[in-house]
Amino acid sequence: MAKVTFSTEACKGCGLCALACPKKIVALSGEINAKGYHPAECTKPEECIGCAFCARMCPDCVITVEK
Amino acid sequence: MARQMMKGNEAIAEAAVQAGCRYFFGYPITPQNEIPEYMSARLPEVGGAFIQAESEVAAINMVYGAAGTGARCMTSSSSPGISLKQEGISYIVGAELPCVIVNMMRGGPGLGSIQPAQSDYFQATRGGGHGDYHMVVFAPASVQEAVELTQRAFDVADQYRNPVMVLGDGIIGQMMEPVTMPDYKPRNLPEKTWAATGWKNDGSRPRAVINSLYIQAQDCEDMNKRLQKKYDEMAQNELMVETQMMEDAEYAIVAYGTTARIALTAIRQAREQGVKAGLIRPITLWPFPTETIAKAAKQVKKMLTVEMSMGQMVEDVRAAACGACPVGFYGRTGGVIPGVREIYNQIMSMKEAE
Amino acid sequence: MAVVFEKPKMLADVPLHYCPGCTHGIIHRLVAEAIDELGVGEKTIGVAPVGCAVFAYNYFNCDMYEAAHGRAPAVATGVKRCLPDNVVFTYQGDGDLASIGTAEIVHAATRGEKITTIFVNNAIYGMTGGQMAPTTLLGQKATTAPLGRSVEKNGYPVRMSEMLATLDGPAYIARVSVHDVKHIMEAKKAIKRAFEMQIAGKGFSLVEVLSTCPTNWGMSPAEALKWLEENMIPQYPLGVKKEVE
Repeated sequence: MAKVTFSTEACKGCGLCALACPKKIVALSGEINAKGYHPAECTKPEECIGCAFCARMCPDCVITVEK
Repeated sequence: MARQMMKGNEAIAEAAVQAGCRYFFGYPITPQNEIPEYMSARLPEVGGAFIQAESEVAAINMVYGAAGTGARCMTSSSSPGISLKQEGISYIVGAELPCVIVNMMRGGPGLGSIQPAQSDYFQATRGGGHGDYHMVVFAPASVQEAVELTQRAFDVADQYRNPVMVLGDGIIGQMMEPVTMPDYKPRNLPEKTWAATGWKNDGSRPRAVINSLYIQAQDCEDMNKRLQKKYDEMAQNELMVETQMMEDAEYAIVAYGTTARIALTAIRQAREQGVKAGLIRPITLWPFPTETIAKAAKQVKKMLTVEMSMGQMVEDVRAAACGACPVGFYGRTGGVIPGVREIYNQIMSMKEAE
Repeated sequence: MAVVFEKPKMLADVPLHYCPGCTHGIIHRLVAEAIDELGVGEKTIGVAPVGCAVFAYNYFNCDMYEAAHGRAPAVATGVKRCLPDNVVFTYQGDGDLASIGTAEIVHAATRGEKITTIFVNNAIYGMTGGQMAPTTLLGQKATTAPLGRSVEKNGYPVRMSEMLATLDGPAYIARVSVHDVKHIMEAKKAIKRAFEMQIAGKGFSLVEVLSTCPTNWGMSPAEALKWLEENMIPQYPLGVKKEVE
């Protein structure tokens, strides 16, 4: 059981988290945040293993991981 | 402390140490080498540090680093080296850090000569580096005065959080004179709560950021206005000027540093011939004794500015005199020192020209 | 559930100004994590450069300086000599460290100045808009090398870590990359090691971090990572270049 949280408003939509995710469950959202970016989100939270690869790859410390 | 013979550069260095200077960063250049040489031996004795930097550029930036920790620190150089330091001086002003910079001027431009000159007046009094700024500039005329002004420079720097320059012509650094080291006592100075010493984040002080970058134009203008207030205070409080034989003077000689001493001998000789000459000697070149000169200009028939340059301070003298009397100029430059006889002849020809 | 990953305490809670996908943010975080883990945040003093990382003084939760272009090692020297028990680091880009500040870094290194330098090499001038850097690769386009860097016109890219590793003063010199998670973990180790060397009083330490500049390289963040791996690493081989006992 793991939980990944994105600070949606801080996200710049660079997509590096999606590249890093071994389960391929991180993707850019169709929504647009106040900065005008498509923020990242977890598409299948139940499959998250809490490896924190996405968070380690994120240049903006947008992601918090709990396990 | 007993009176002793000391070379100007060494006396300045010892005076700095006695004023609490513990960190010195410099680079060899004639005619100021005795300052770093003296400091390299002396500072370790008092628990300080000396670094011979890779360049004057690095030296002034080491000063920037040291000054930001709240330590008393200094650098010294001579004209071409001071040109290299201008970048750092501008940053030090912008970051509001205190330090002392000694310039033992030599002939220029370019590599120039290694003999005494006063041709860095514009550079010292107008700022020198980029941006709007000033620093108090002291111009000693003896080794004793160099000692006293160096110690005062540390206080002025700390009081206003601004660099201070001691501007000597090479003679001041190279000659030996009897000196009595003052019993130094600092002014009542503010605590350096702004210094970067490691941040505890316990509410005792805000995080220190030593910086001169204000990316928003309005913030940068506000910073300049804040600095201008300091310059106004410095101008108000730190002006120093000496006058001699000006009470009844019909001719005023304006000169600073070594040139003022040579001029004084010429003035005495002219007085022996019945010519009422007097001396105005700015001790601070910035702030400049504008009022003293303006007042004298209304009293005397003529003024003469004597400098070891092609004529720099004379512009400030003319601006201060504001047409109240003619202001002549006599200068030798490139390392040539004007003789007493030359200045005497200039004084006498002012009289004869009437 | 316990938090297994969050923003380090040494990073201030403000948004970074870097472009989307720029790896400066990762490197900032690694520096902050290393300082947090070593427990020296309260005695750390950082020196920011001129370049993209000019605002680094806003991001690290410690006393900070902003230095003139290239002069950070001289500034850090002044700080460290006054406060020898503090931890002092510089954070510099390739234009800052390998071009205008070459003298300052070489001499800080050869003096064995007990400071740590984080050298971010992205082979371009980012802040000023993509001009050629001393580390720009042969053939790589820049706004001041529009046809690509050529040996005839511009000479060769400089390998700073290898140069500095020839000196006696440095205690630790390593080159790392942040193009994937594995390399990020290795970069973190190297950065922590560099700070440990300083704290142990061993001498000068530097970690060169290969970094991306998607904006000025004209690539997506993902393409930039790939370009770094395929083009920069062959020119700038990773590894520990010097480590004293």
